[in-house]
This record gives sequence, C-alpha cells and structure tokens, in this order.
Amino acid sequence: MFYREAGDFSTTYPEDSQTFPIKFDRWRYYVVLFVAVFVIPFLINDYWVNSIFMPFLIYAIAAIGLNILVGYCGQVSLGTGGFMAVGAYACYKLMTGFPEVSMFIHVLLAGAITAAVGVLFGLPSLRIKGFYLAVATLAAQFFLVWLFNRVSWFYNYSASGQINAPERDTFGILITGPNTEAWATYLFCLIFTIFSAVVARNLTRGSVGRQWMAIRDMDIAAEIIGVNPLKAKLTAFAVSSFFVGISGALFFAIYLGAVEVGEAFGITKSFLVLFMIIIGGLGSIFGSFAGAAFLVLLPVLLKIIGVDWLGWPTDIVAHLNLVIVGGLIVVFLIAEPHGLAQLWRVAKEKLRLWPFPH
Amino acid sequence: MKYKLGTMAVAGLMAASPVMADLVFPSLSYRTGPYAAGGIPFADGYADYFTLLNERDGGIGGVMTRVLECETGYNTEKGVECYESTKGEGALVYQPLSTGITYQLIPKATADDIPIHSMGYGRTSAANGDVFSHVFNYPANYWNGASAAINHILDMNGGDISGKKIALVYHNSAYGKEPIRTLEKLSEKHGFELSLLAVDHPGQEQKSQWLQIRREKPDNVIMYGWGVMNQVAVQEAANIRFPMENFIGIWWSGAEIDVQPAGDKANGFKALALTAVGDDFPLYDDLQKYVVDTGKAAGAGDQLGTVPYNRGIYAAMLAAEAVKTAQEIHGVTDITSGMMRDGMEALEITEEVMAAAGLPGFGPSFSVSCENHGGEGMVAVTQWDAGAGEFVKIADFAPTDMDVIQPLIEEDSAAYKAENNIPSNCN
Repeated sequence: MFYREAGDFSTTYPEDSQTFPIKFDRWRYYVVLFVAVFVIPFLINDYWVNSIFMPFLIYAIAAIGLNILVGYCGQVSLGTGGFMAVGAYACYKLMTGFPEVSMFIHVLLAGAITAAVGVLFGLPSLRIKGFYLAVATLAAQFFLVWLFNRVSWFYNYSASGQINAPERDTFGILITGPNTEAWATYLFCLIFTIFSAVVARNLTRGSVGRQWMAIRDMDIAAEIIGVNPLKAKLTAFAVSSFFVGISGALFFAIYLGAVEVGEAFGITKSFLVLFMIIIGGLGSIFGSFAGAAFLVLLPVLLKIIGVDWLGWPTDIVAHLNLVIVGGLIVVFLIAEPHGLAQLWRVAKEKLRLWPFPH
Repeated sequence: MKYKLGTMAVAGLMAASPVMADLVFPSLSYRTGPYAAGGIPFADGYADYFTLLNERDGGIGGVMTRVLECETGYNTEKGVECYESTKGEGALVYQPLSTGITYQLIPKATADDIPIHSMGYGRTSAANGDVFSHVFNYPANYWNGASAAINHILDMNGGDISGKKIALVYHNSAYGKEPIRTLEKLSEKHGFELSLLAVDHPGQEQKSQWLQIRREKPDNVIMYGWGVMNQVAVQEAANIRFPMENFIGIWWSGAEIDVQPAGDKANGFKALALTAVGDDFPLYDDLQKYVVDTGKAAGAGDQLGTVPYNRGIYAAMLAAEAVKTAQEIHGVTDITSGMMRDGMEALEITEEVMAAAGLPGFGPSFSVSCENHGGEGMVAVTQWDAGAGEFVKIADFAPTDMDVIQPLIEEDSAAYKAENNIPSNCN
C-alpha cells in the first residue's frame, strides 16, 4: 500500500544511496528516533530504565560491535566479555584518575583503549581462521579476566577486587552513582547507541565495509582483487572492539555501578552477545538491535507473565527461560539462519508487493 | 508495543498486590544455578518464618507480612532487575544473600532510603554505621569469621601457632577476597604462614589447588566457598586424605549438603556457625503445625532444620524483631523502610527476645548502635558427624579479635567515605 518506492523519485546520487531509500521507512526511522529522544525520557522511571532500556541499549552497542567482526568480516570471536571488561576497567581508571573530565570523553577513551587491545588480540587472525581463531579469542577472554583479577592496580588495590563507579557528571548532570535521574542515564546511553548505530551503518556500506565483506565471503579472492587483508581484518577488530569497549564502559559505570570481573564479564557474557547477533541476524545493524531486545526483554516478559500473573514458583520460570532461549536458538539456526533481521527483510519484501504478489 | 507492555506490567502488579497495608520483605533468592544448593534452603526458611507469623500471630503488630520472591540466580544483573521491580512495592529491607549484589545495592538502597541486611556476608566494613547508614551486617561478618577460624586453630594448638602453615581456599570473587587482609594481619600477629589459593567461579575445577595443598602440606585449611564449590572442595580434601579436623569452612561452607556427597570421609569437617544447629527448638513445633502441615511451606518443604534453612529463619527473625522495634519507636504499625532502618539501628537481641521468638539459645545476644552496625561478632564452631548425619556444635559463641578487625573496618570505611563524599550518619 504505502510501503513502496512507486512515486518516490530520487534525483541525486546521495538520495539514491541513502540508508532508507523508501519514504515510509525513512519516516518510521525519524518517528522512532523522535519517540526515543523526546518522548520516552519524560515517561520512564527507575524500573523501566534499569531493567529494560539500559540493558537493551548497552547490549545493542555490544551486539553492533560483535556483528561488525563476526557478521561483516567473518572473524569468529568469543572474546566479547573480555573486551567489555577492558572498556569497563579503562573507564574506571579514567574516572578515578581524572574526576573532572566529562563522562563522554571517558567512555570514548575507554572505547579507544579497547580498540587498541582488540587489534593486539586480532593479530593472530592474519594467520588463523574459523574455529582456530575462535579458540584464540577465547584465550583473550580468559586472559583478560585473569589479568583484571590478578593485577590489583586495575581495581585501585581495593580489598574486595570490585570496582565501584563514583559519582560523575557531564555538563553538571549526574550520570553515574546512585543519585542519578532515570532520564539522564537513559539519554546518555541512547546517545552512544545512536552514535554507534549510525557510525556502524555508514562504515559497513562504505569502502571499509565492502572490504570486510569481501574478506568474509572469500579471503583469497578478496586479496586478488586488491583488498589488503591485514588492513581489513585489523580495522574490523579495532572498530568492533571500540564499540564493545564503549558498551563495557556503560555497562559498568552507568548500568551496574559495581562490577566484579569474573561474574560480570565471564565467558557467559561472550556467548550472550554472540546469541544476540545469531538470533538477531548476522551482518545486520537492525539485527543487532532485534537480538539485543529479544534476549533482554524475553526474561523480563517471562518473569512478568510467569511469576506476577500466573503465580508460578520463581525457579520454574527461571528454568523455563533457559529452555525457551535454548530452544529458540536451535529453531533459529534451523529455520532462519539469518535471524530476525531476515524475517523483517522478508516481511518488507512482501509488503512492497502486496496486495499483488506474483 | 512499549505502551502495551507497560500497561500489562502495571496490571500485573496491581493484580498481584492486595490493597490492604502490609509489610513487604523482598527475598532475592536463587533457586537455580551453581549456588542453588545454599540458596533454596535459605529462601525457604526466610519465607516460612513470615508465613508462620501470618498464620500464628496475624503478622507483626497486627500487620500482615508479604514475602516477594525474585529469582536472581546469584547474578548481579538480575539482582538489579529484582531490586528495581520490588522496591516500588514498599520493600522494607533487602537481604540479597550475595556479596556481589550487596555491593551493587549499597549506594542504590542508601539513596532510596531502604536498609540492607547482609547477614554474615556483603561488605565487611559496612559494620561502621557512621559511614554506611543503611547497611547492616550483624551479628557477625567475614572478618569475624576469619578471626574465629584462627582462634579455633589457636585453641587446637594450645595457643601457639607460630611457624604453622595455613592455607586459604577461597572463591575468586569479592566474597572470597574479603578475609585476605584480616588473615594477613593475623599472620603477622600470630606468626603463621599464610598461603592463598583462589578457586574460580563456579568452583567445580579445584584439582590444581588441592594438588598444591598436597605438596605444601599446610597444617590447616580455611575455606571461603559457596555453592557447588564446597562439595567439590570437601571431596577433594577427602581424596588427598587431608585430615578433616584441620579443615575449617566459613559459615557459608558448612551445610549438610556440602559434606554429604563425600560420605564417611567427610567426618570431622569443621565449619563456623552463626546459629545453633538442628531443629530442637519450640519454634519448629509451630512451623510444623502452622506451615508444613497446612501445606504452606515454601519450596519443597523438605529443608527444615538444615544449616542454611536455620540461617534463613534467623535472618527473617532478626528482620521481624527489627520491625517490632521500629513499631515501638515510631508508634505506627505499618512502618516504612526509613522507619525499618531506625528499628534495625536500635535492635537489641537478648536471651529473652530469642526465647520469646521460640528460639532459645539459637543465636548470640547482641545490640546494634549507630556507630556499630555489625553487632559483637560472636561466632560458634560446628563439626560434622558423618555417622549421625548432623553438625554438632563443638565451641559456643565466642568473641573474635576485634583489636585486629576494628582498625581494618575503620580504614576501609574511611576510604569509602572519602571516595564517595559521604556525610557522617551519627552526628
């Protein structure tokens, strides 16, 4: 009906190559942005921010980061948790070392530090591929967690080995610590999520992204047509780790406020983010959002339905959650290997032809 | 979609909560995951005690109690979600049974004016009520535990342990790392040699640690473990034939379920205790009559009298006594969380109070004040009798070395105070 390109004429190249070439899509995108920025901050309370929006936004950034590496460049990584820990600890050291600097700069710097660490652990990817690379990144995961547990400089020699986010502000508005306003932390994370998504989207459709995809599809062929594998793989590791580092910094400083590396950034975190992009869709920015939303909202939804409405015992619901998530991963791998993003794409294709499918 | 979800959530909450006034006790429990072995009985005990108060006495001071259970799986993220979803319902006190979640909640709950009672866990320096206005860790904390273990080893060796080797096997987390500083100070004082062996979450893999113990042959092993880690450690100790009477667990490493898998070989294992053992108390007759026999017991109802169940009972009982104290102070029955905090700070547990609750001699006498949120730190020692299948108290509640612990508490809390710019609570 209204979802079609008929009557939507592009007269310039930039118009033709924009992210949302169809008018309806574009307006939907603007409406979502408008609601997210100008409506939700006035409606939310602590519960909505801390239980739903904040984890969703932060995991979406992590999923975008991992999607660049796994989905776009084809380099399997199981080190997401470790890289998030780098972001968190970098942010902590910066926050405590330079208390007067704005949180925006700390988070961005934490991302940059993580990018450097990511490049370092990305070096083996020039020689090894597939499963072997997965094992190498797994080593990064365990090494980084061990490092942050072992070297007390990282947690400022506190007795418990925990890091705690002190109160910090940006432009005079409290962003971390217990006395923050719900809208402030929400908007702070939202800004980073929008920034990450826009940057990632534009990188992936530019020449850098095309190089990544060429490497993913067939690295030898890519090399022959002139893609430098060193540059392509290492930029993928750097950009991916940058986003993952930002998400780790936000995860620690804004969302949890206190973190213990083994518990918060363990191997389960790596798998969780990997599941997000598998369920959401490999090689899709929308898929990163869809996967993050799915895995963050599903447990909360199941809890509300199971415990609050039906009055089931909490342990049954917790077990059911595991069963359902596990089952869905299997179903997705078999029925729709391209994830939620592919379902969305198919739905859009159908809509464009509706009501006259061939 | 989001709006719909919101209305659904609100409708759900409204359907779940009765209109009349009640005293809400959130129970951030974990009945799943590697720590469920300790989490289930504690949550059962906590819930059963409040069920008993409702059934037998009609609540506390005439106001019914309500336990809001929320599954955390010992996971801090879920802990945050549970905290946020329950605090709006008038939660009086949080007992998260997890040191990680406690650390998380300390600043949040303080800002929201809700007290936390981390009984025998959490941040030890929270015993300094001048800095931590809303956190309580009476009757004893981790550092009391470390000192009590050393005191017991001193008793075993006639008061001299210089030159002895003592190993600490600990859960590699904030929880397990807590006693290290205290033990280091104590090793300077008593001249023993301390070696540290970390076990990573969840604790199923301990072969290398116990190999090291076999090689170094320490005279005593102290363990700060939880969940599945305890069972594995006791089994490993049995495998290398480590003398069980020299193996002492903190109170979180001393439940029946921790030693049963090792069978007879676990005989003689020692554990510190916050409460008395067994179910030989008048309260248990009431529990049987009003809760178990009427089918209102939480969980499977098969945990009565186990060590973690007793601890859940004790935690609930202390909360209920604090409510009574708060009701007296403020002269209202339907108290708020801020009043609850005042009640906890004025709490005084005597033999008479324990006897009136149907638990004579169950726990030590202690009193809480504004400066001291940690009580007197009295700890007992129990030993496992594999033949009878029960823990036996071998040393009664005894004081710990506050000369060592108090300066450490002052030091750590002062650092927290300076770092976070906290005003004085007491003056």
